[in-house]
Amino acid sequence: MNLILRPVAAEFSKILTTRMWWILALVLFGYITLLAGGLAALFGGLESGAISPDAVNTGGGSGSLTGLGSLPPLIYSFASSVGYVFPVLLGALATTGEFRHQTLTPTFLATPKRGRVLGAKTIALFVVGAALGVVGLAASVGVGALVLSSFGVDPLLADGETWALIGRTVLAMALWAVIGVGLGVLVPSQVASIVIVLAFTQFVEPLLRFAATFTEVTADIGKFLPGAASDALVGASFFTLTSPGSAVLTSWQGGLVLLAYGLVAAVGGYFISWKRDVT
Amino acid sequence: MPIGAVIEFTSITKKFGQVTAVNDLSFTVEPGRVTGFLGPNGAGKTTTLRMLLGLVAPTSGTATFGGLRYRDLPRPLHTVGAALEAASFHPGRTAAHHLGVYAIAAGLPRTRVTEVLHTVGLADHATQRVGGYSLGMRQRLGLAYSLLGDPGVLVLDEPINGLDPEGIKWIRGFLSSMAAEGRTVLVSSHLLSEVQQSVDDVIIIAKGELVHSGPLSSLDTNIAPQVIVDSPNRDALIAALTEAGLPFTSGRTGLIVAVPDPGLVGHVAFTAGVELNVLHRQKAGLEDSFLALVEGGDSL
Ligand SMILES: Nc1ncnc2c1ncn2[C@@H]1O[C@H](COP(=O)(O)OP(=O)(O)OP(=O)(O)O)[C@@H](O)[C@H]1O
Ligand SMILES: [Mg+2]
Repeated sequence: MNLILRPVAAEFSKILTTRMWWILALVLFGYITLLAGGLAALFGGLESGAISPDAVNTGGGSGSLTGLGSLPPLIYSFASSVGYVFPVLLGALATTGEFRHQTLTPTFLATPKRGRVLGAKTIALFVVGAALGVVGLAASVGVGALVLSSFGVDPLLADGETWALIGRTVLAMALWAVIGVGLGVLVPSQVASIVIVLAFTQFVEPLLRFAATFTEVTADIGKFLPGAASDALVGASFFTLTSPGSAVLTSWQGGLVLLAYGLVAAVGGYFISWKRDVT
Repeated sequence: MPIGAVIEFTSITKKFGQVTAVNDLSFTVEPGRVTGFLGPNGAGKTTTLRMLLGLVAPTSGTATFGGLRYRDLPRPLHTVGAALEAASFHPGRTAAHHLGVYAIAAGLPRTRVTEVLHTVGLADHATQRVGGYSLGMRQRLGLAYSLLGDPGVLVLDEPINGLDPEGIKWIRGFLSSMAAEGRTVLVSSHLLSEVQQSVDDVIIIAKGELVHSGPLSSLDTNIAPQVIVDSPNRDALIAALTEAGLPFTSGRTGLIVAVPDPGLVGHVAFTAGVELNVLHRQKAGLEDSFLALVEGGDSL
């Protein structure tokens, strides 16, 4: 048991002894607080009539949106639907940092079985990703529910489904961190990895998901995009709500697709970079 | 007391694409002695040590500790301590945290971190981020890492680089004392003079191939001694030596004659009636001997 526990503990220690984790956690919290709090105020205001619908140009979409009664889960899902880039970044930085700072040398000297190290990193990042999920939820649920209830909207905190969504969000964030680890071994260059994460999550994938909704065939492919799979796992997202009629996976399918992305990337990266010569 | 294992290289070869960095190298390193692993820049020292430590996969051949490859050692850091030339630190981590990570990975008590930082003289800088370390401090931290598991075998790549005179003096004594305790100590360097005072054995490579191995004293016999001679009338001396057919070159302090016997040179001068003001025998230094061995081996 020590054979895997020790490397996992070492990987935790690596993350906790540098500043990146709390910087990312802080930015995640701030970002989601702004988004979830802001939108909760906007929609809560519309719902309660505190803001007149005419005051906001929502192209007629707001009526149906607020009428769905799904406002709280939508707000709460921001933790992962927007915040998923943070665990990916942390996972990618954890792996690419080893190449960049040449810490693979002391790492492999202490644990010469390289597959074990990569496995340990995956496990550690899964847990840390889940912790980032909790941080994101503290913002989206904590702040969102506060703002919603201040407008007299029921935050649905007594609802079991809300807590199931919270649990699925934590799982999604954990899986995203694993995807980050996989990306980091596939693309060991730290700069390239970060550019890919930001470009893919912020531009490429949203565009692809939008474009995929145009025909049925592409929609069937588009639902397997990682972001779509993640939203399917969580079960609510701004994106799926604003693109009605688009095909979605079931929750557990979404989770499996997400896990597959992470594992395929990690195994591929193991052969591409991890087991290479360390010179 | 940890007992050092024998390090054994058997026909180890490494090719990087077209470049053969190490070619069919075989030698052993004994416990209880400091072994200098010498060769000019690019000779293949680092590559050889990285193969020994399982970081670089050999194209062919093996390298073992007491018969076991590094990755098959049950407790690697307890058996082998290694410090390689590249600075392998996350700049944002403190020295104590850096060592702490690997102490955890190897299942070593955290007290070892404090102990080794103290041993290498970094106790006062334990909580400083490594990014702010000087070259010599990084070198010491690398050494501290190698000592974490109190190993019976030490493998150090250019450990003297960047150390101040006091640090150099300290590490020489340290290596000798480690060997005296029965440990195996393998230290690479591109300068013989750097390690000459502390090594018992030398392994010399050039262009990836073994050119010499044996005790340090075995280097002595490799180059024949020469005679230094000079005269107030150097032209006459040159004429006399040429006449007698003795090979010589001009040096800063006189003519260097490639014969071992000063009497012979004196006799030649005497019969030619040339006055001498310098005549002595010079034994080539170990460094000359080393340079002669690796001559033409400079791949840079
Ligand atoms: N990753 C690599 N890819 C290609 N060639 C390499 C690689 N690493 C080393 N080499 C080549 O292998 C040869 C030996 O290099 P090595 O670093 O082992 O020499 P060295 O003896 O340690 O030199 P130095 O004294 O400069 O540290 C050199 O010709 C070098 O260019
Ligand atoms: Mg080297």
